[in-house]
Amino acid sequence: MTNSFGKDDKTFLAKRYSAERRFKFYGGAALAITTAFLVFLLVDICRKGVPAFIEHHVSIPVLIDPAKVDAKDVAAGDFEGLVKDAIRAQFPEITDRVEKKKLVGLLSQSASNDLRQAVIDNPKLIGQTITSSLLLSDNADLYLKGAEADEKIASLDKLRAQNKIESAFAWRFFTNGDSREPEQAGILGALIGSLLTVAIALSLSLPLGVAAAVYLEQFAPKNRWTDVIEVNINNLAAVPSIIFGLLGLAIFLNVFGLPRSAPLVGGLVLALLVLPTIIIAARAALRAVPPSIKEAALGVGASQQQAVFHHVLPLALPGIMTGAILGLARAFGETAPLLMIGMVAFIADVPHGFTDAATVLPVQVFLWSDLPEIAFQSKTAAAIMVLIVVLFALNAIAIYLRRKFERRW
Amino acid sequence: MKRILAAASLLALVATPAFAARDQIRIVGSSTVYPFTTAVAEAFGKTSGMKTPVVESTGTGGGMKLFCAAVGEDSPDFTNASRRIKKSEFEDCQKNGVTDIVEIKVGFDGLSLAQSKDAKPFELTKLQIFLALAKEIPDKDGKLVANPNKMWSDVDASLPKVKIEVLGPPKTSGTRDSFAELAMGVGAEKIDSLKALKEKDSKAFDAVWKSMREDGAYVEAGENDNLIVQKLQANPEAIGIFGYSFLEQNAKTINDIKVDGVGATYETIADGSYKMSRPLFIYAKKAHMDVIPGMKEFVAEYTSAKALGPDGYLADKGLITLPDDQAKKSMEVAKSLAVISADGLK
Repeated sequence: MTNSFGKDDKTFLAKRYSAERRFKFYGGAALAITTAFLVFLLVDICRKGVPAFIEHHVSIPVLIDPAKVDAKDVAAGDFEGLVKDAIRAQFPEITDRVEKKKLVGLLSQSASNDLRQAVIDNPKLIGQTITSSLLLSDNADLYLKGAEADEKIASLDKLRAQNKIESAFAWRFFTNGDSREPEQAGILGALIGSLLTVAIALSLSLPLGVAAAVYLEQFAPKNRWTDVIEVNINNLAAVPSIIFGLLGLAIFLNVFGLPRSAPLVGGLVLALLVLPTIIIAARAALRAVPPSIKEAALGVGASQQQAVFHHVLPLALPGIMTGAILGLARAFGETAPLLMIGMVAFIADVPHGFTDAATVLPVQVFLWSDLPEIAFQSKTAAAIMVLIVVLFALNAIAIYLRRKFERRW
Repeated sequence: MKRILAAASLLALVATPAFAARDQIRIVGSSTVYPFTTAVAEAFGKTSGMKTPVVESTGTGGGMKLFCAAVGEDSPDFTNASRRIKKSEFEDCQKNGVTDIVEIKVGFDGLSLAQSKDAKPFELTKLQIFLALAKEIPDKDGKLVANPNKMWSDVDASLPKVKIEVLGPPKTSGTRDSFAELAMGVGAEKIDSLKALKEKDSKAFDAVWKSMREDGAYVEAGENDNLIVQKLQANPEAIGIFGYSFLEQNAKTINDIKVDGVGATYETIADGSYKMSRPLFIYAKKAHMDVIPGMKEFVAEYTSAKALGPDGYLADKGLITLPDDQAKKSMEVAKSLAVISADGLK
């Protein structure tokens, strides 16, 4: 039997089946490749980043010598001297000046600061010998983590054999600001900077974006002007982000005279950046609400405004929230516009307000990746991990909100 | 609704209270000097009890532009530079009221050529570098032709038969400018026909050594030196160009290539026998010294023996420190705050 195409029915059917199988295979292959990229990325970053969450200490007795620390003014005490004496006391056989210097170099500069803090908190320690856990420097830390070294560090091997090396979770990474010493560098400054910046961006762009979308979708007359505005909003969503940075520099810094590097300005720039995204998402969400709902409200005597605000907007809210949070995720990951307004910078102090100098997470990743110290490579990966976790959390919230409030018709 | 909101947010912007006088030092400029200035900034923040200075990495040229824009709270107090200030930049500064500029030399950066430890080591001369990397080189008759060299052995028979592949910074980088000037320019002068061209038409001569090949022999590998190091490990045939501190930090995996018989080591750069090195500077606005708290102390910290000395923490970070007489001079400038004039600037 032949069909209308003049072909045998059976071969035609077989062809269609094989075409379907091929298509399924292509789809599966595309998915597999995408997943492979993602897995590769995540595994690579985690492999590099996880060691940054571990730090090493050496646990040795330290004499808090009253000659070096005055009980009346503890903060001014020579804690560096105490720490040096303590590590040297472990190796009485080392007398060479260069070797002694190397030995002291095993300790982080932070070791004496930690000890100072401990004694300030508890001045009774003065005069006692306490067993103190002293942070090791980045090079010593790398050596203990098994990095290849030019030469064996005999003193570290000896300490390890004596069980005097401790490893601990590096809380410091979450409680410190940026530092040029890898073992002291943390992401708290960048994380808070990111939160402040994005808070400003969202608190501006969400009300503005939703208001613009509601007006354009529900109230605006359809004429040439609204068409022009619509086209421009769509274009704006595709403008490279560096342009918004230039705009921010010209307007917020030069005209309004706002401070450089401030989360306030960063937030304003990012608000402009995500505004088109939010408007487009909000309009799509508003359009997805069936017109019958609005018409029913109008039919029982509600005004346009009542119909929109009491009925349409609440139903569109899940879609609007999804769009807003995706826009937010984009704002979280931007670096280019921030370059222009001075947020790509070394900022050691953790910001306390919207006008303090601050940087953001992706910028911190960028800055660390460019430093020569090897230990910063794992810091870079660890900062990426934190950034990814934050972004995952945002996406999870977006999905949760959508599921919770979603209505189907 | 939109208008009311827009108006409200504009109002909020305008009504933002005037910002109190800045009490934090602001620094911009070279990404090469950034790792050193940030270390000083951190030490300054910890010891002085004042706010840690903010150090932006804008590149030398971008830093100069910001630095020279104005005097006042909104403009930076220092700029880092991986070369001396240009005459045009100095004039720009003068025009904008930045009249008193203090120049402090802080050290050197060596430009190193390096290859993976897995590669067969070889040495180069600057002439060979020029012949391998220039876009156009003179043929036998001295006429400029597109660079025909594919293998290092084409450049010089004594070199191995390995494809020419050099990874280096892009055009926007100060490192690239320095490399062109210190290696390519010097190499080009070794050729008689180009030397003659220099005397006749120095602009044409400059164009010859400033243009790098674009046919794949010279690969622009981005501003990030760590990336070049990684690519060298993956590709033992390639040669990379980057700052000395990256060579020092990655000594386990890469070797330096001797140029004109001298390898890039701390000693050879410091004593000047390694010629591919450049001085690093910081520039300060004298007019800001009495207004922004901590500037004098910051300069003092930068030039102290603790930081800049041969055993100082900047040497640990990879800075090639100044010889004694120059270090003394920098320290004197930090005290006297002597300003520079246009004389001697290029």
